[in-house]
Amino acid sequence: MQPILDIADLRKSYGDGFEALKGVSLRIEPGEIIALLGPNGAGKTTLISTVCGITTATSGTVAVGGHDIIRDFRAARSMIGLVPQEINLEPFERVINTVRFSRGLFGKSPDEAAIEKILRQLSLWDKRNNQIRELSGGMKRRVLIAKALSHEPRLLFLDEPTAGVDVELRKDMWEIVEGLKADGVTIVLTTHYIEEAEAIADRVGVIAKGELLLVEDKADLMARMGQKQLDVQLSAPLEDVPEALAKYDLTLCEGGRTLTYSYDTRADRTGITKLLRDVSEAGLVLRDVVTRQSSLEDIFVGLVHEEEEATS
Amino acid sequence: MNWTAIRAIYLFEMARFFRTLAQSLISPVLSTSLYFVVFGAAIGSRIQEIEGVSYGAFIVPGLIMLSVITQAISNASFGIYFPKFIGTIYELLSAPVNFLEIVAGYVGAAATKALFIGIIILITAFFFVDVTIAHPLAMVAFLLLTCLSFALLGFIIGIWAGNFEQLQLVPLLVVTPLVFLGGAFYSISMLPPVWQTISYFNPVVYLISGFRWAFFGSADVPIALSLMAIAGFTAACLLVIGWIFKTGWRIRQ
Ligand SMILES: Nc1ncnc2c1ncn2[C@@H]1O[C@H](COP(=O)(O)OP(=O)(O)O)[C@@H](O)[C@H]1O
Ligand SMILES: [Mg+2]
Repeated sequence: MQPILDIADLRKSYGDGFEALKGVSLRIEPGEIIALLGPNGAGKTTLISTVCGITTATSGTVAVGGHDIIRDFRAARSMIGLVPQEINLEPFERVINTVRFSRGLFGKSPDEAAIEKILRQLSLWDKRNNQIRELSGGMKRRVLIAKALSHEPRLLFLDEPTAGVDVELRKDMWEIVEGLKADGVTIVLTTHYIEEAEAIADRVGVIAKGELLLVEDKADLMARMGQKQLDVQLSAPLEDVPEALAKYDLTLCEGGRTLTYSYDTRADRTGITKLLRDVSEAGLVLRDVVTRQSSLEDIFVGLVHEEEEATS
Repeated sequence: MNWTAIRAIYLFEMARFFRTLAQSLISPVLSTSLYFVVFGAAIGSRIQEIEGVSYGAFIVPGLIMLSVITQAISNASFGIYFPKFIGTIYELLSAPVNFLEIVAGYVGAAATKALFIGIIILITAFFFVDVTIAHPLAMVAFLLLTCLSFALLGFIIGIWAGNFEQLQLVPLLVVTPLVFLGGAFYSISMLPPVWQTISYFNPVVYLISGFRWAFFGSADVPIALSLMAIAGFTAACLLVIGWIFKTGWRIRQ
């Protein structure tokens, strides 16, 4: 299938010489949700701005649905919707007018039914005749989304859609994203909340200091890098790990009441059966057994940390 | 051409104008009326006729020009500066429109607003003085070209301006003096020869002269020169805008 977004070796240096993107390549298939995860200043907004035509690339190419963003900018941009990171809206304008304006700006003929559908979908219909300045921050962000969707884009960029947004609205936002995905819209969202990527993305890209460190299927990523921990909780506390269990590289915590064992979920033998047998042979009495999986956060912190060590 | 987009920008800008219609009209109507009271009635009664026209009527074309030029510049410069200022420019830059279409939308709306106000002032003038229009078609043509060319200039100023002070600077320091010294309230022929010569370097002289010719059939400079001046000015603005378009100056990083 033709990728909906194809970025090849994209570089961007700002006027002051700062290189914000250092050769980013990324292919995105239609219909997926991809989360670009990275700390502040990583280059997420720059990447999106360059794809959308707000900044010009220093080198490299970008194609949207097979259309080059420079040579064939009309076709490329018609397919894109952008929800910017900052809440940029005209305070005195009415909600419905700004959405109509966006639709027209993108070359789509007026269609009140389509506008109504979008406003209803975003719970903005009741507020359609309000001035933007009368809306709460969360509502304003919905207006931004409505504007971005007004011309029925195939590829939607959400630049930190839930930054500074309360928990409830964040959940709403995730639902909106799920709904769009169901309509076949491809979604690229940036975030520095790991839980967000973990909750809604199909693939995760990690970006730091202008480089895309990896892009991987979320499940694969977690399986590949995800170590699991087995906590063996004991009835009586231990002073030291018994000699008989030394080969398992266990750590003793919670005042000697828990033995923690790390293992790789994808290994042929996890060693759990043997461990438990040896534990009972060593005469220890089990109170409970718990397993834990590393979150994306652990993985992410590990990656960025590795990167920092490599560059220093 | 993405006509739908041009139309969207144009209507959006016009909506802003109509939302504040009272403010948009009160100030020019009031100031024009004041000009008529002060210059037309109070001082004008002591000034003899100029080229066979009463002083009150004589200043009508200049007054219209003054307002139209000021309005065209301020509407167009504000129109494009505002999205830059509040950040909504991202939408223009990411839309499937080229710079020409953006210019057409903003400049078209600004020129329309200026035209609107020019017509209002002309109507106001009818209440104070007897105005005859010798060449109505030429009058309309001059009015349209002036609205358009100064809206283009305003657009350039709006792109250039980095803050609100700069936005006011050019109209205040350059345009207003040029219009006042451009013969809005007097005939160039009334000046001493040295000042007459200097005046011929002021482009606004040609505009006002041409516009006044359309009203009264007499002019300070040949009408062909006036036409060339305004055509040349429009072309210069278009060239600058074309260059901005090519380089992305002050808009696209
Ligand atoms: N207009 C600009 N001029 C110069 N440097 C910029 C500009 N915009 C962003 N940067 C720099 O580029 C880097 C990436 O910024 P950005 O793309 O906004 O990161 P993110 O969205 O991941 O937080 C930052 O170091 C930032 O300071
Ligand atoms: Mg950002």
